[in-house]
Amino acid sequence: MIKDINFVSKFKKANIASISIFILSIIFIFFKGLNYGIDFKGGTLIELRTETTIEASSIRDSLNSMNLGDVNVKNFGKDGDYLIKVEQKDTNNNLIPRIKETLSSNLNTEVDFRRVENVGPKVSAELLESSIIAISLALAAMLFYIWVRFEWQFSVGSIIALFHDVVITLGIFSILSLEINLSIIAAVLTIVGYSMNDTVVIYDRIRENLFKYTKISISDIANLSINETLSRTIITSVTTLLALVSIYILGGEILRGFSFAMILGVLIGTYSSIFVASPILKFFKVSYKTLEKNEEKIVP
Amino acid sequence: MLNFSKINILSIYLIFFLISIFSVLNLQDQDNLIIDKKVNLGLDLQGGSYLLLEINSDSLVEEKLQSKVIPLKKIFKDNEFNYSDFKINKNFITLKIDNIENFEFIFFSKKNNPVNPYIDNYRSFELDYEELENNYIKISFSKFGLLTINNSALKQSIEIVRRRIDDVGTKEPTILQRGEKRILVELPGLKDPERIKNLLGKTAQLNFRLVSENSEFGIDELISDTGEKLKISKRIVMSGENLIDAQPSIQNQQNEPTVSFTLDRLGAQKFGRATTDNVGKRLAIVLDGNIISAPNINEPITSGNGMISGNFTFQEATDLALLLRSGALPTPLNVVEERSVGPDLGEDSIKSGVTSLIVGFILVILFMFYKYKIFGLVANTALVANLLMLVGFLTILEATLTLPGIAGIILTVGMAVDANVLIFERIKEELKTEKSIIHAFDTGYSKAKITVLDANITTLIAAIILFAFGSGPVKGFAITLGIGIITTLFTAYFLARHLSSIIVLRNSNKEINI
Repeated sequence: MIKDINFVSKFKKANIASISIFILSIIFIFFKGLNYGIDFKGGTLIELRTETTIEASSIRDSLNSMNLGDVNVKNFGKDGDYLIKVEQKDTNNNLIPRIKETLSSNLNTEVDFRRVENVGPKVSAELLESSIIAISLALAAMLFYIWVRFEWQFSVGSIIALFHDVVITLGIFSILSLEINLSIIAAVLTIVGYSMNDTVVIYDRIRENLFKYTKISISDIANLSINETLSRTIITSVTTLLALVSIYILGGEILRGFSFAMILGVLIGTYSSIFVASPILKFFKVSYKTLEKNEEKIVP
Repeated sequence: MLNFSKINILSIYLIFFLISIFSVLNLQDQDNLIIDKKVNLGLDLQGGSYLLLEINSDSLVEEKLQSKVIPLKKIFKDNEFNYSDFKINKNFITLKIDNIENFEFIFFSKKNNPVNPYIDNYRSFELDYEELENNYIKISFSKFGLLTINNSALKQSIEIVRRRIDDVGTKEPTILQRGEKRILVELPGLKDPERIKNLLGKTAQLNFRLVSENSEFGIDELISDTGEKLKISKRIVMSGENLIDAQPSIQNQQNEPTVSFTLDRLGAQKFGRATTDNVGKRLAIVLDGNIISAPNINEPITSGNGMISGNFTFQEATDLALLLRSGALPTPLNVVEERSVGPDLGEDSIKSGVTSLIVGFILVILFMFYKYKIFGLVANTALVANLLMLVGFLTILEATLTLPGIAGIILTVGMAVDANVLIFERIKEELKTEKSIIHAFDTGYSKAKITVLDANITTLIAAIILFAFGSGPVKGFAITLGIGIITTLFTAYFLARHLSSIIVLRNSNKEINI
């Protein structure tokens, strides 16, 4: 595969697009907010299966009669499978048998609770806190690693790219009102790892080329490096996406949100390593001189 | 990079063999394990319940503070210390004093201080005080005093939770302390989480108290099982502590399930005395502040055996007996987090997880073969080896495989080829300028090495952080992702490199297309 695409000429347009989507994402995250699942909001989640197919609305009506606060019912995968979410304020230990009883008698059918999750308000606050810490820590660790392995300019570039990926992924989740739960956080962290991976490959090549062609401007070096690594970037994205799409389609309802976030992340991460991480080096006017200043850091 | 010494080759395949052979252990018959090592299935795959319980020590603190009142007044009196306006609140005491130094001297005496003992491990007293306005001071438990109370309550609770769960007879329960106030309980394969929750939700403080209109100890008004309002004395005739056994039984006359109990010697004496003195009166059996029943004392019971009836179903009688046998919890336990998965959903999850794994695997293999032909085969062999080693590692560690863990394996499949792709693409570039194929492979491998390492270490960092912060299923994902990176590096850099070297060296004279 020989490619000679002029990426640098597209940097400007891409950057404008990135910045606007980034800002849009932030606006959505702040004003519309994220649709937190019970892991972070507290409450009860029940996945149930009924013998006969019934309307989700009749489940909703029957739950509303119990005065449980905000109730959310939706179909979940197959016919007869439903997911119920109850925002419950008090920690009543008998809630679940009560719901089961009410549903069985109101709907006149056998109701099987396949999964029950119940998270108290204190625990959900702690889970949210530790998730935020985990993501921040991951970003900080990446920043540090790149700073050790490269120069600070690279470090800043990669971290901005990561920030871009995380914010836009969450922004899309906000726009589509998709649920944020613990597995989405796991997905976001994996995206951080994956996007970093992609960025490092290009950065590695840029560093190598900076030494090889000391006379060429950083724009051309970036362009060359992106082109040289392009087929790898594409092939790895394709194999990862093949695996992820297979989880998305066949992995069942529980993994759907997770794999969707990952698919988004791989696409955004691949884009950002080319169109976000690389322009930043150009912005900092990185040259082989930048690298020579700290020669002891450089591993050939 | 293409030259391998015999020892190198031997050790590469030996390591691969030794690790991947463990994956075979998972094919053993579950009930007939030859070597007891296998990947454990997480609760989300095999079904079961995860419960996080929290002790609520408020009432315990209150009780403990109450018990300090009399001794405190006593040492004040003994030391001829003047105070006034002594008031007890929920978790603090206020009083007015004249001389703060004198108070401190008495309050913080290290020797013979029954009221405010010095806790050696924390270098702190149990109680602390703060000065308020107008010579008032406020006495409450110190930070470490509270910690001690919580700690001992937690230890005791864990013991009792364990007894109750063992008594129910679930297989392989996990019961662990989590932090200062919590207990983590994992019950694999549990079918009825509500019963366990009910059993753990009751403190099961049992006491026997006389029904009487007036008592010098004070009166509680409680509603009995039959709905009548009963006045019962606050004096406890005997409590559950004196029970040594309790069993469900059927009372023959009415075929009614009851709980029969046996008392220890002290309990038998107390019970005997109380029943002898109060023949004709009613004795209320109170569990967690509710009257179970209040039968008449027909005759003295001195044998130390008794029976509790209270319109039970047999299940209720069984559970009550279990609770009484295991003893009372020092504080109520609240379920602050619960995750239960039914066994059939677990099976479905395994099915869909494995299906998506196989499909993803095949897709990646086909793609790699299409892209790199013979070297695609090399990458694919490495991929299969990678999977075997990954499962082998998980088996050695007896790690827990969760549904996100399976996702982690699939993701590893997708990302594992990256190392080989990086290398092959590099070789392709080298081939453009380099005539000798051997040379191109050599430089390709060595130049790609750093990039491959850098790229994988970043993902490893993410996996480690996930492992440290994640809970349950997410941890399972972090484990497979992290181990997957290590096996990926090994298979790409040793196994695949060796396989490529065989191909390259055999065909060094011919054209090679990559």
